[in-house]
Amino acid sequence: MTLTTTTDAAAPALPTALAPTPGQTVGPFFHYALPYDGDRELVAPGTPGALLLHGTVTDGSGLPVRDALVEIWQADPSGRVVQRQGSLRRDGHSFTGFGRCTTDRTGRYAFTTLRPGAVEGGLPFFAVTVFARGLLHRLFTRAYLPLDGAEPDALLRSAGDRADTLLCVDDEGALRFDIGLQGERETVFLRWPREGR
Amino acid sequence: MIQGAATRHPSTGLVHQHVIDDEIAQTSRAYEAAGAVEHQPRLDYAPYRSSLLRHPTKDLHHADPEGVELWAPCFGERDIDPLESDLTIQGGGEPIGERMVVTGRVLDGDGRPVRRQLVEIWQANAGGRYVHKRDQHPAPLDPNFTGVGRCITDDQGHYRFTTIKPGPYPWRNHHNAWRPAHIHFSLFGTDFTQRLVTQMYFPGDPLFALDPIYQSIVDPKARQRLVATYDHDITQHEWATGYRWDIVLTGGHRTPLEGDLDVERSDDEETSR
Repeated sequence: MTLTTTTDAAAPALPTALAPTPGQTVGPFFHYALPYDGDRELVAPGTPGALLLHGTVTDGSGLPVRDALVEIWQADPSGRVVQRQGSLRRDGHSFTGFGRCTTDRTGRYAFTTLRPGAVEGGLPFFAVTVFARGLLHRLFTRAYLPLDGAEPDALLRSAGDRADTLLCVDDEGALRFDIGLQGERETVFLRWPREGR
Repeated sequence: MIQGAATRHPSTGLVHQHVIDDEIAQTSRAYEAAGAVEHQPRLDYAPYRSSLLRHPTKDLHHADPEGVELWAPCFGERDIDPLESDLTIQGGGEPIGERMVVTGRVLDGDGRPVRRQLVEIWQANAGGRYVHKRDQHPAPLDPNFTGVGRCITDDQGHYRFTTIKPGPYPWRNHHNAWRPAHIHFSLFGTDFTQRLVTQMYFPGDPLFALDPIYQSIVDPKARQRLVATYDHDITQHEWATGYRWDIVLTGGHRTPLEGDLDVERSDDEETSR
């Protein structure tokens, strides 16, 4: 293709100079390509401070989505954004902050990770991306740690009565974060200012 | 709609191509009439039947990226073997099909290269078959081709793969549905908000007009951005044909810092914000 600028008379000004490459669905056949050994274990199970983050992805009829892919990206427990290689080939002790997990037959994903710290005074959260067959473009959301008395931030306040879909819930020492693509408890998914429609 | 034509095929029970064509055409007309340019696929696109129960029904919620969202995971030499960018050397022999080179640049919306970042691809073989247990297409598997590759972009944002041209394949969205030949791409930018999974297509594919996944990008110029260009300068003498495809990742906020390039240059030196 040829790179196209967005200065055509017909097109409204995009906030960027180059038009974005459109997304497409991840399709049904990514399972032999994207998953890798240790993809969902940001730390080895049994590591001091290891935390289970898990949940179920459901569709508009409430049924589990068995062929979704969930990715997380997070700060370390002290709130540092780690820039360290090794997410694809984990060495067993370096925390990289990135993880990837397919959903199983019950629509469930599960990561073994560390509790993210607050970055620059914000509320601590996992940045989450969701891919699936039938989903034409990836979806972004945030999985906030339970507030435990903290004040909601701007996003949680603006989400109104749907804000609870952005919050992890305590689940017997683990954190649970269910993702509803559609339906009664549809998750709040995010759009960024500069991405263009 | 063809007058009197049956909606569903009697034996498969799936709707015919003409039903899908009508739906695609209807959406396309409505888009043109509305006059507002859309750069991304519709999430709610009924001709792609699997999207019906899997698209959000509520508007995506505006958010300003913060914290980790302003950064991307770091990948590099520790994660990838350089041989992973050649999909033709993963078996004991040469895979069957048209050997080709696919290369291009990954840029952000301001035209800056996305340096030292992960690119992952997967695809069907020359016969249109994936190495996937759920792919039931009765086309041959190729023992010398898995169809999976990874690489890291260079300092100018270039990626490069050697592979085999994938074949089109049938699926069950509707009766006699076929996907145009494509390679799946998974991309990271400089910010997590630039994360993208997409598909690269080949010029002149006769299945474009019939394919609801390609057509879910309702803007003709936008979907053309997924089509690679044949480039004779990339084609290699007596070896492989060449295709160029550049990728633009928008949604980023952070201006790359001078020091970003040096991140992880030294393997044991950890950098963090």
